[in-house]
Amino acid sequence: MGVAATADTQSGDHIAPMVPEKSPLCALPLDSWHRAQGARMVGFAGYEMPIQYEGIMAEHLWTREHAGLFDVSHMGQISFTGTGVDAAIEALIPVSLSTLPVGRQRYSLLLNEAGGILDDLMIARRSDDIYMVVNGATKYDDIAWMKAHLPQDVILNLMEDQALLAVQGPEAVEALSQIVPGVEGLVFMQADAFLWNGHALWISRSGYTGEDGCEISLPASIVTDFADALCALEAVRPIGLGARDSLRLEAGLPLYGHDLTPEISVIGADLGFAILKRRREEGGYIGHERVVADLAGGPPVRRVGLTIEGRLPAREGCPIFAGERQIGHITSGGFAPSVGGPIAMGWIEASLSAAGTALEIEVRGKRIGATVAPMPFVPHRYHRVKN
Amino acid sequence: MSRYFTDEHEWIDVSGDIATVGVTDYAQCQLGDIVFAELPEEGKALSKGDDAAVVESVKAASDVYAPVSGEVVEANSALEADPALINSDAEGDGWFFRLRLSDISELDGLMDRAAYDAFVAGL
Repeated sequence: MGVAATADTQSGDHIAPMVPEKSPLCALPLDSWHRAQGARMVGFAGYEMPIQYEGIMAEHLWTREHAGLFDVSHMGQISFTGTGVDAAIEALIPVSLSTLPVGRQRYSLLLNEAGGILDDLMIARRSDDIYMVVNGATKYDDIAWMKAHLPQDVILNLMEDQALLAVQGPEAVEALSQIVPGVEGLVFMQADAFLWNGHALWISRSGYTGEDGCEISLPASIVTDFADALCALEAVRPIGLGARDSLRLEAGLPLYGHDLTPEISVIGADLGFAILKRRREEGGYIGHERVVADLAGGPPVRRVGLTIEGRLPAREGCPIFAGERQIGHITSGGFAPSVGGPIAMGWIEASLSAAGTALEIEVRGKRIGATVAPMPFVPHRYHRVKN
Repeated sequence: MSRYFTDEHEWIDVSGDIATVGVTDYAQCQLGDIVFAELPEEGKALSKGDDAAVVESVKAASDVYAPVSGEVVEANSALEADPALINSDAEGDGWFFRLRLSDISELDGLMDRAAYDAFVAGL
């Protein structure tokens, strides 16, 4: 049996092959904790990371029903300070900081001059700095690129002594509030500082599963004790990268390096919501011309969701056809445990991207039926403010 | 009936000139939750080492190679409805396909249970 994956062998920041990477990998602060929990470790984004504990399917469903703990300490946590930091960041990325108060977080993107996506990220205002979280596989490139474009008065600090955890699921906030009282007061995309045993935490109500939950930035020195305290609660179990990927796919959330790359634009990637009206109109960030052009003329390619007939998963790289003509390819796909069948995301010609369009995907020489589907595939359950 | 094992984590039961092929419990454990199995068609001639089947877990697709040469006489249709049988009973009801062996001598040099267990223990 070939243990290596076949045509859909993944590359970059995604589910890694089961064979560990050859290059030296860094250990996460929770490395021994993961192994003690029975994790199977794989190389991912330069780190040895847990791909699964008891099994992807069980972990996925546990997160949708209860609460899952994810270690995402490989991601880059960056602090920006200095004179003119707001203006300097606005000149770089399309986020609107003028309307971002302390304790609010937004999703944004790092774009190149041509408007291609270099990374996607979260950005929050704290009382003493601007806090950004970028993808693990891209963090050093992002930092080099940002440093090259930021004025000298702005100080960029990669917070290498901080770990990052996510607790996700319908019981996540209730569980977290048992050890960090007060987090239940946050709403989606709100964040605040908290204390745990005298240690400073930064917690946002956000995540990458489509479920309610929080992301917790904390000193690496206490992350083992904190993970133990959370997993001592009945609702919380550790969840690996495998289920993280299937959960985010069902939630319609793109994965950088796969669904998002420099080859696709913000509007093409269906992420126009991340650029608020003032920034769309005034511009003043790198990549603006492309956003304007796409808004006016429409992008040539769009990221879409696809439901797939039958049981055969269509994975990254599979070509998508309209009749005999290839009109795109799958950028990520697999079996969706909560949907109970295969789903995918892909890039296709914009003229064929309307929901309901019938297409075909080729998997190992076989054509299977697929339909452009609205995303998310599983409804989001974020804790939003009710009017 | 004798059971043989390969270093590709397949098992082969031989009865007369018919070989039943599946993957080992160790293999299903490495693969994780299996959601689809693509099996060879009846009548297909396979040479040792050919791609014979594909097994899809939640995370990836993996090839299953023909451990010996022969003609496919039956594929396990139960796997179509319930591919998770490979997880729950890899070395029993989760078998993949049956071959009519074309070269019995290919069985020479395959491992028995004890040798395979020692092989897995050394991984």
